[in-house]
Amino acid sequence: MLELNQLSKTYATGDTALSQVSFEVPAGQVVGLIGPSGAGKSTLIRCINRLVEPSAGKVILSGSNLVTLRGNALRRARRRIGMIFQEYALVERLTVMENVLSGRLGYVPAWRSFLRRYSPEDVTKAFSLLDQVGLSDHFNKRADALSGGQRQRVGIARALEQDPELLLVDEPTASLDPKTSRQIMRLIGSACRERNLPAIINIHDVLLAQQFTDRIIGLKAGEVVFDGKPEALTDQVLTRIYGDEDWTRMRGEENTGEASEAPTVDLAEGV
Amino acid sequence: MSAQSYPNRWKRPPVLLTNPFWRRMIYAGALVYLALALQSVEIDWHRVWLGLDRGWKFVEGFLLPDFTTRWRDIREGLVESLTMTVTSTVAGILVSVPIGIGAARNLAPAPVYLLCRGIITLSRSFQEVIIAILLVAMFGFGPFAGFLTLSFATIGFLSKLLAEDIEECDRSQIEAIRATGAGWWQVVNYAVQPQVMPRLVGLSLYRLDINFRESAVIGIVGAGGIGATLNTAIDRYEYDSAGAILIIIIAIVLVVEYSSSWIRRWVQ
Repeated sequence: MLELNQLSKTYATGDTALSQVSFEVPAGQVVGLIGPSGAGKSTLIRCINRLVEPSAGKVILSGSNLVTLRGNALRRARRRIGMIFQEYALVERLTVMENVLSGRLGYVPAWRSFLRRYSPEDVTKAFSLLDQVGLSDHFNKRADALSGGQRQRVGIARALEQDPELLLVDEPTASLDPKTSRQIMRLIGSACRERNLPAIINIHDVLLAQQFTDRIIGLKAGEVVFDGKPEALTDQVLTRIYGDEDWTRMRGEENTGEASEAPTVDLAEGV
Repeated sequence: MSAQSYPNRWKRPPVLLTNPFWRRMIYAGALVYLALALQSVEIDWHRVWLGLDRGWKFVEGFLLPDFTTRWRDIREGLVESLTMTVTSTVAGILVSVPIGIGAARNLAPAPVYLLCRGIITLSRSFQEVIIAILLVAMFGFGPFAGFLTLSFATIGFLSKLLAEDIEECDRSQIEAIRATGAGWWQVVNYAVQPQVMPRLVGLSLYRLDINFRESAVIGIVGAGGIGATLNTAIDRYEYDSAGAILIIIIAIVLVVEYSSSWIRRWVQ
């Protein structure tokens, strides 16, 4: 379980990215974090694993406050938090296998990772995760030889290789086509359900968020302006988060496209 | 629709010197300086004529190179130069990599950064020939002074370019590896090394090439190698032997150049 308590971030330039954000995410809940560009979504999830230093407040994961950690303790906290990135953030010149195994870096000593001598359990886990995301044949390919959807699958496998207690997902579908986006969201959702993992997903696409998350938090100018069920995301709420727009029209267009999609859940489809 | 008229002419506004007065003044000043500077150059046409004559002898030597008469000297000089080149490049790379990493702002803490940048600046502020003169005075004539000179110069060159390459690394890849809980060495090994390796290999080969050429130059000031042999040949007016040496230098540079571009494509 994750708890944010009065989390605030003010950048050195004086811009307030987050002000007093508080919420709890119970185990197994997938939270969609929506809001306009610059609302602080990326800052929020980066404050949780301390890629960005929060200015004030607490981040409590399974009982321990992450904000005060330093050095090795911070490393041990980070390895419990898997992260999936917008532009995949794979190390392009490393193989798919090395990218997945890099999820173990927080667990193994530097000399082992340098020699690529991972334990048999780590390697088996990596192979099984690659199989689960539908990339079992690609383990020796270089990451830059894969398509966008495939890269994001490797990104998911890398995050899950960490045995995380929490998944942070930053715009996972921003560079993907609509169909691949849905496959990736479905994959993240099922991975969380299987492992009872809580997840926070930053996402621009409101409809994807409504379709694939259990709860939605709306962020505007660093403050939580909505927190509730995806169904409760009415046009008024969207206007409160983003400002005026023709929301009904947006939903209408999307629904016709949705009807034609096959309802079967196949994790490896389109690979 | 009301027909609104838009201008059909557009001129790019000046970027640097926006004030027209100062723009004209600076251009005019530059022209005046150029004219005055050209007038101050004294050319002795008689001397140029003599030089042309000597230059022609050089061309003749080049066309009829003599590899055999001084072959032992040439071979010795070549072996010395190549040894100097390879050892100094390897030593230079070994020292440059840690200094380059230390001089990358995104990896090193401020004191280490400043120290490493200081070493780089020191190494880059002197030209090879000047270092060679100093080191020859310190360690005596011969290839050891040359080896030290080239190693020292390699450090400035490689560390600086490596540090800049590290600073230009894709930040998201570094961030992603850091987010897994990786330590500093692991971030360097997994996120930085794969990104800079092809360029490091390319730069090292390029430096090998430069070091060979420099080894010929610093030989002239006493640091041994093929440069010393070339200097002796010219001093003795043996232009045919000098021509042979120049041809060998050109051939070796071409071979290194061609093979390094091939290797660079291969490691990409």
